[in-house]
Parts: sequence; C-alpha cells; structure tokens
Amino acid sequence: MVEFTLPRNSKVQTGETHKAPAGAKNIKKFKVYRWDPDKGDNPRLDTYEVDMDHCGPMVLDALIKIKNEMDSTLTFRRSCREGVCGSCAMNIDGTNTLACTKYCADMKGDVKIYPLPHMPVIKDLVPDLDAPYAQYRSIEPWLKSDSPAPERERPQSVEERAKLDGLWECILCFCCSTSCPSYWWNGDRYLGPAVLLQAYRWLADSRDEAAGERLDALEDPFRLYRCHTIMNCTKTCPKSLNPAKAIAEIKKLMVERRT
Amino acid sequence: MSSHQRPLSPHLQVYRWQLTMAMSIVHRITGVALAVGTLLLVWWLLAAASGPESYETARACLGSWLGRLLLFGWSYALFYHLFNGIRHLGWDLGLGFEIKTAYATGWTVVAVSILVTVATWIAAYAAMGAL
Repeated sequence: MVEFTLPRNSKVQTGETHKAPAGAKNIKKFKVYRWDPDKGDNPRLDTYEVDMDHCGPMVLDALIKIKNEMDSTLTFRRSCREGVCGSCAMNIDGTNTLACTKYCADMKGDVKIYPLPHMPVIKDLVPDLDAPYAQYRSIEPWLKSDSPAPERERPQSVEERAKLDGLWECILCFCCSTSCPSYWWNGDRYLGPAVLLQAYRWLADSRDEAAGERLDALEDPFRLYRCHTIMNCTKTCPKSLNPAKAIAEIKKLMVERRT
Repeated sequence: MSSHQRPLSPHLQVYRWQLTMAMSIVHRITGVALAVGTLLLVWWLLAAASGPESYETARACLGSWLGRLLLFGWSYALFYHLFNGIRHLGWDLGLGFEIKTAYATGWTVVAVSILVTVATWIAAYAAMGAL
C-alpha cells in the first residue's frame, strides 16, 4: 500500500558523533543509519569522522575501519569485497549500490548510508530479505525439462547461450527491487525487478521446457504487471544489468503467446 | 529473537530523485489531470449546447486568468502525456531501455512538451488576433 511517511517506530532521529582521532587532516563524515534490536529506541543517524588518509578507497573500507577502530557495534553484511556476492548492498548517497564497489571519492561532502529502502531492519544496515528470497523461490529458479535427460550435457548453440548474457550475472543483491517505488508500495504481491529478471533468465534458456507454465504463474495484475517502467532498477543496478528490459521481454512473451 | 518490532528502512525520505522516476509519477499525475480536464471540456460543450447565456458563463470562467491558467496546465498535461506515452509505446516494444537512451528520450519529452505547449498558446493567441 502507498504510504509516503515512515511508521512512528521507524522515524530516524539524530544520533551520536564519533570524532576523528586528533591530528587527522583529511576527514570525511559518514552518517550511518543505526538501529539496535535490543533497545526499544527509534533508529538514529550516527556520524563518524573518518581519517581518509588512513582508509581504503571504498565505502566498505570506511565501514570496516569504523567497525574496527571507532565503534565495534556497527553491524553490516559483507563478504567478497569485490562486487560478486551482493552482501553489502545498501543505500549510499541516495541510491542503492554495493559498498565494496562504491568509491568514497565519488561523493562530495558527507556520505549518507542507509539500509536497502522500505525493508524491515534486523539491525543497523542489515535488512530482512526473507520476503524477496521467498519470491525468488516462487519462480522455481531451476531448469525444468520433460524430455529424458541426455547422457552428457544439454547442448546449446552460441546464439542460444548469448541470450543469457545480462541475466546470469545477477548476484541477487536486491539493490534494484528495493529501489522500485512499485515494490515499496506493493512488495507483498509484486515480485520486483530482481526476481522478474531471474524469471526471465529461465524463460530465455533454450534448455528449459516450462515456459508456458512459468508464464502462467506470472500472468497476474500484481506479480508482473505492477512494473510501470519507472526504471529505478536499471539506473541503480551495481552490475549494470537491465531488469526493466528483462521485465519488458516477459510482457512481450505474454502478448506473443496470445496471438 | 528481539522483542522489539523491526522498523521500516527509509525509502522516499532518502532515495535520490531520478529523472526517470520523476517522469513516471508526472505521467500518472498528468493522466489524472487529463481525466479531470475532460470533465471541464464536457461542461464547456454542455454549456454551448444549452444556449448563449450558459455559454457566456462558461466562456467567462474559462477566459478568466484562473481559467486560462487551468487550460494552460491542461494543455501541458495533454502534450506531456502524449509524448511520454509514445515513449512508453517504445518500451512496450522492448526499445529504449538503455539508461543513456532512456535519459535522452526523457529530456526530449520534457523539452518538446514545453515547446509544443507554448507554441500552441502562441498560435491560439495569434489566431484570436491578440498578438
């Protein structure tokens, strides 16, 4: 449902300021969303003054430095630190991206960091992604085939394989889904760009034989058609993929199978 | 498990406005404006059908500065919705999804809708001999 304002328990308050060590010359302020599940308080925005002369170039480097040296209670997900795992997806400087591939120097002034938008927060920058994962499960993201399994691999031509380019690279970080206003208002029923791109990944696969069944499951005013081509998904994708285009291709398949 | 209810992370409050999302919501707003404006058009037609006196009332209302302002807004809504609608038709064909293209077509729609609206009004005033 469309609700422009945050619920009362979610309004963000001003938090504490953690000063840079004395003598630091190149200070950048990081304003980071904090919420502690063990206290009943509202979320707050803490300010960390980071000495950039002794910090790696990426936003994730700054977050790790803050956790190591300034405030060990800061909580966030991270793993690969090279843009292939999707763990450190968050809202940085107003758009969703991966903290590990975003340069601090890209942003003039203070860096504002929030969890992925319009999600329940588990702690600090860690959103609850159970709902999008369940939606991912609902599109049955595996090869479905009725023909008997061949003795060796299922062959694909170079052209057939090329149709999966721009789809298989998705790391399921959910930057796109949580950038989509339609997903904000109808995320309980609309599948969102990340999951729909995955749905198209299987529709586009020449080895998959369940296209009809897959399209039946998507043919729904909410699951697919809440996409209004707002394009925030494609704009924000840290892997430069095009979920909006993938969704358009699904809509085209829906029309084509009727004629 | 914590006993405290999880907050909802900020969304509209923190998301940086993008051209594409702004144009999307304006498309919807102009669509609503066009529907309401159509009622205005129906009223004007009914007034014209009901005789000179009622038509004179409608003419005076629409000809007032407030009426003209509404008509100007309505004509902008018409052209914006029309040109952005063409952009949407392209998307329905699977065309124009690259970010560069979407921004180029987006700015084109913004510019052309303003230009055509202004040109229409200049032509209308010229046709009335008011220029």
